[in-house]
Amino acid sequence: MEKSAVFSSKLLPYLLLVPQLIITFVFFYWPASQALWQSFLREDAFGLSSEFIGMENYQALFAQPEYYKAMLTTLVFSTLVAGLSLTIALLFATQADKSLKAAPAYKTFMIWPYAVAPAVAGVLWIFMFHPSLGTLARPLRWMNFDWNPLLNGNHAMALVVMAAIWKQISYNFLFFLAGLQSIPKSVIEAGAIDGAGPMRRFWTIIFPLLSPTSFFLLVVNVVYVFFDTFGIIDAVTGGGPAGATTTMVYKVYADGRLGGDLGSSAAQSVVLMIIVIALTAVQFRYVERKVQY
Amino acid sequence: MANVALRNVHKTYPGGVEAIKGIDFEVGDGQFCVLVGPSGCGKSTLLRMVAGLETITGGDIDIGGRIVNQIEPADRDIAMVFQNYALYPHMSVYNNMAYGLRNRGMPKPEIDTRVQEAARILEIGALLDRKPRQLSGGQRQRVAMGRAIVRQPKVFLFDEPLSNLDAKLRIAMRVEIRKLQRRLKTTSIYVTHDQLEAMTLADILVVMNGGRVEQIGNPLEIYQKPATTFVASFIGAPPMNLMPLRDAGGFKAAGGDGILGIRPEDILLLNEAPAGGLALNLTVEAIERVGAETYIYGVRSQQGDAPTVSAKPGELPPGEVIVRVPGAIAPAIGERIRATAPREKLHLFSADGRQRIDL
Repeated sequence: MEKSAVFSSKLLPYLLLVPQLIITFVFFYWPASQALWQSFLREDAFGLSSEFIGMENYQALFAQPEYYKAMLTTLVFSTLVAGLSLTIALLFATQADKSLKAAPAYKTFMIWPYAVAPAVAGVLWIFMFHPSLGTLARPLRWMNFDWNPLLNGNHAMALVVMAAIWKQISYNFLFFLAGLQSIPKSVIEAGAIDGAGPMRRFWTIIFPLLSPTSFFLLVVNVVYVFFDTFGIIDAVTGGGPAGATTTMVYKVYADGRLGGDLGSSAAQSVVLMIIVIALTAVQFRYVERKVQY
Repeated sequence: MANVALRNVHKTYPGGVEAIKGIDFEVGDGQFCVLVGPSGCGKSTLLRMVAGLETITGGDIDIGGRIVNQIEPADRDIAMVFQNYALYPHMSVYNNMAYGLRNRGMPKPEIDTRVQEAARILEIGALLDRKPRQLSGGQRQRVAMGRAIVRQPKVFLFDEPLSNLDAKLRIAMRVEIRKLQRRLKTTSIYVTHDQLEAMTLADILVVMNGGRVEQIGNPLEIYQKPATTFVASFIGAPPMNLMPLRDAGGFKAAGGDGILGIRPEDILLLNEAPAGGLALNLTVEAIERVGAETYIYGVRSQQGDAPTVSAKPGELPPGEVIVRVPGAIAPAIGERIRATAPREKLHLFSADGRQRIDL
């Protein structure tokens, strides 16, 4: 049913596509292919020469126990962040959807964190939870809780997870709220008359009707936790202590930028890219089936 | 099976707006009650209060001898058909109808019996596996009805259920709703702004305006004896002609002040006014020929600057009179005609239009 525009000139439609194609090419395909190529090379310490070594970078990478640890860390981190930020955002959105007087103010406060840069968000959380300076860490100490994200890997993980969730909730909240508001009120009222209590209404009517939004957010959030949380991890823990918060994307940075091993870093980028593409494909293949459009 | 009684029902919104200003009426068991009025008169709000979707801020609503003010919609034993049908978009037609029964923990075989029975009555048996988006407007309307009847509730509530349908389908569904209601004998309350729908469906007609009841009664009785000028001009199309009594050519009544009304079909094109009747000289401004009848829009030729009366809905421009005559009659534009009406066909109201005065 899509209407297609008809161009009298053969050239014009291609010209109109050019800006988008250039951007995609320059900022995605080119770096991606560079990374792919780089992953087959070994560079000397001064960056003066490089030699082709085939799959050696990959072999070395998969021989590293640290890499499997980073994978596990990523799995824990991404499950927690994506799962919790989606759940909490949905909870908040359902509350904001009620006709409250304070709803506009509430919504504004909910959206603010999204305007904070990831690194700044990280710094905010350090101020709150730094073991000796943190405003919220001290009450934890008084309660005889040995809070120390600088030494305890689990504490560090909890901290980056909280920061990453806090950052992402706004985004998810906005979409969930828009999704909720697009559900006709009369459908929910019909549910109420049909004898469904609030919880049953939520699970049998609202949640299924929200599924296109939820699916979209799931895809976006998975990409977010894999890539965009780098800034938060870098600012809060720097991947520590002892690699407890080194996710795959952070390891790409640490090995390549800090360790100077560009070949391995590139190989990790490629692996990460393949994983995210595969995950997205799986979501579209299996989760999308359950979506009600 | 139940009667519904409203006693001094009020609704004031938190902002202080009073939407319903004290309403009393009763719908007997199995009767079909229609609430009619212009948009914003509070008829939908009132229906939603009966359904339990709006709180009641004053008075009582009684369904089947039980005051339901504090009772949840689910427990009032009512079913509602919404204007936009409010079908569950993600459920099949079957599940749309079964949902309310499942929520009440009815055993599966009985759910199936009831859904199949409703589908048979409404002739939607072939659509049970479809999703609402795959249905036409009329089919959705049937599913919405089906969802209401499977529950076998005490009361059906209809909130302008036909206003999203095209004209032809609306008439067909109107007849069907009436037949269905007669057959099931379920007490019904139906909201509409369409006076024709109201007239044809109602056992009891409640005409509302500005949060109040203007008149309650049998539709024909209301048509024949409207209690106020509002009802007179709202019920009936084209609307009743209204004019100040002192301006009504040749007609005299006790008191001298008031508003005179004549239905367009009660006007006769005769030279001599019947004794004690009304006679008006009109210049034809426009005519509408709809086949079976002709509507003549005339302007009073005499007393050009005479004051005129306005009654809100369907209001006529000052000095204009509508005459409804058989389709064969078609005066030319600009032609002068003499319109007369016998005394027994005239309606007289107090000067403020709030009261009917018997002639």
